[in-house]
Amino acid sequence: MLRVEALQIRRDRKTVLEGVTLDLLPGEVLGVLGPNGAGKSTLLGALSGELQADQGAVWLDQKALGAWSGAQRAQRLAVLPQVSTLDFAFGVQDVVGMGRLPHQTGKARDDEIIKAALQAADIGHLSARSYLALSGGERQRVHLARVLAQVWPGEAGQTLLLDEPTSMLDPLHQHTILQAVRSFADQGAAVLVILHDLNLAARYCDRILLLAQGRPHALGTPVQVLQPEALKAVFGLEVLVQPHPERGHPLIIAR
Amino acid sequence: MSTLVKPRTLFIGLTLLCGLAIWLSLALGPVSLPLWDTLRAALRLLGVPLDAQGLEQAELILGQIRLPRTLLGLAVGGVLALSGVAMQGLFRNPLADPGLVGVSSGAALGAAVAIVGATLLGGLPEVFGPYLLSLCAFLGGLGVTALVYRLGRRNGQTHVATMLLAGIALTALAGSAVGLFTYLADDATLRTLTFWNLGSLNGASYSRLWPLLLVSAGVALWLPRRAKALNALLLGESEAGHLGIDVERLKRELVFCTALGVGAAVAAAGMIGFVGLVVPHLVRLLAGPDHRVLLPASVLAGASLLLFADLVARLALAPAELPIGIVTAFIGAPFFLYLLLRGRA
Repeated sequence: MLRVEALQIRRDRKTVLEGVTLDLLPGEVLGVLGPNGAGKSTLLGALSGELQADQGAVWLDQKALGAWSGAQRAQRLAVLPQVSTLDFAFGVQDVVGMGRLPHQTGKARDDEIIKAALQAADIGHLSARSYLALSGGERQRVHLARVLAQVWPGEAGQTLLLDEPTSMLDPLHQHTILQAVRSFADQGAAVLVILHDLNLAARYCDRILLLAQGRPHALGTPVQVLQPEALKAVFGLEVLVQPHPERGHPLIIAR
Repeated sequence: MSTLVKPRTLFIGLTLLCGLAIWLSLALGPVSLPLWDTLRAALRLLGVPLDAQGLEQAELILGQIRLPRTLLGLAVGGVLALSGVAMQGLFRNPLADPGLVGVSSGAALGAAVAIVGATLLGGLPEVFGPYLLSLCAFLGGLGVTALVYRLGRRNGQTHVATMLLAGIALTALAGSAVGLFTYLADDATLRTLTFWNLGSLNGASYSRLWPLLLVSAGVALWLPRRAKALNALLLGESEAGHLGIDVERLKRELVFCTALGVGAAVAAAGMIGFVGLVVPHLVRLLAGPDHRVLLPASVLAGASLLLFADLVARLALAPAELPIGIVTAFIGAPFFLYLLLRGRA
């Protein structure tokens, strides 16, 4: 699990993120929402160790994030960036297999995991194809399978950070992928996911952190956070919020 | 993914090709030896107890001339190809060339300083000549690369894009300095300088060979250990970091291996272009981008290519000899253009 205390991050003397205190618990999917430039990716950068905190601290399993060795950290923390640039004709299976790099579990076990991760991201049928021959959305699923393979099977103690994993996906796969992430968390993994689609967040997240201008605006269950006033204040968007007729979670409709 | 050739097939093919290149390189030249005699003499040199009957001349030519030349070609070709793989991995671009980090231009500057400087100082004792040249070329390559690397560092991180631009700037600067030395040179020196810039395996001797063999062996043993890390680096630097790779260290190793390898190769055989660019590319086309295959296969392919290019250099205008740089550029440049045009289509 990840713990963040009074995190502050500055860029060129401008504070881009402050006042974030957060526990990312085993078994939960935490959604991060907010308008462009609200500091979502900055938060993810700090949580993954890519950005240094100017104040505050990040802890991974009771140990400061920076104190972990690269391989040990990678065994329990996987990160999916917003865009990946891979310009070489690796096979899909090979790209997913790179997720097993931090582990020494042996080829047989790795192959099992790669196969399972390919299934979870619904790209089993592409496993023999070249990565460069895939569409944008298919590539995004390949990278998702790669980070799933990295912390497979997603037990307690494993953490997954996803930056807009559904941005390029068709409606069906937005759900397939978040369902896979959801069941990953149900195994005990802690998942933090940046999303733009409020309804996807309402359906798949246990808690939601709403960021506005680098500060947390609200943190709580979807029902608590996804209120018309809060969404108006943060996104400037007039919405109706109604319970989903079948599932009961909030349904956000622009007015 | 289905590559054109399975790794196993590729290795068998390349090993056979390399063996053939070695055999021909030992046999052919101004005095061509019968292939069978060459093989027997080579085996005798390796310590296989064969009947020496009628092999005296072959053994002499092999031992004194052809063997050091062939070993030089193997090492230069192998290490240039490896450095190409390292640079294409570092810059995550299949069109990167070892020269990008300034090692070739630095070595050229070092060589110019040695060749022209020695003449301006009224000549050095004959024994120092070749060693001084190699040493200056090696140090020049290492020095300019170190500077390029320093210029790419900011806040404890190496920015490869900055390194690339610094490499271009320093290459231009070194080029102008070489130009200045060329201007200062007299006719004889000019000729030496020009020929050195075109590269040659001519005049290989064991004493100049062993530093290169050591460096090449070191690089060839080290880089494949980092094959998986290089694969991950192609995903992106931060992605590789998230997979547990110490990216800064990896980049340092890649630059260091390239500077050392190319520096030693250029010091021993002069400037030989396009091997580092073309060979990794060819291997990638055949067997895909996985560095676990790419690195060792590039060694074999680079060594073979250079030996065949040297054969052309030796035989095309025999008994005169073409500089090998002309041959590799003649093969390499059209191939590079082909890759560019193919990418556009």
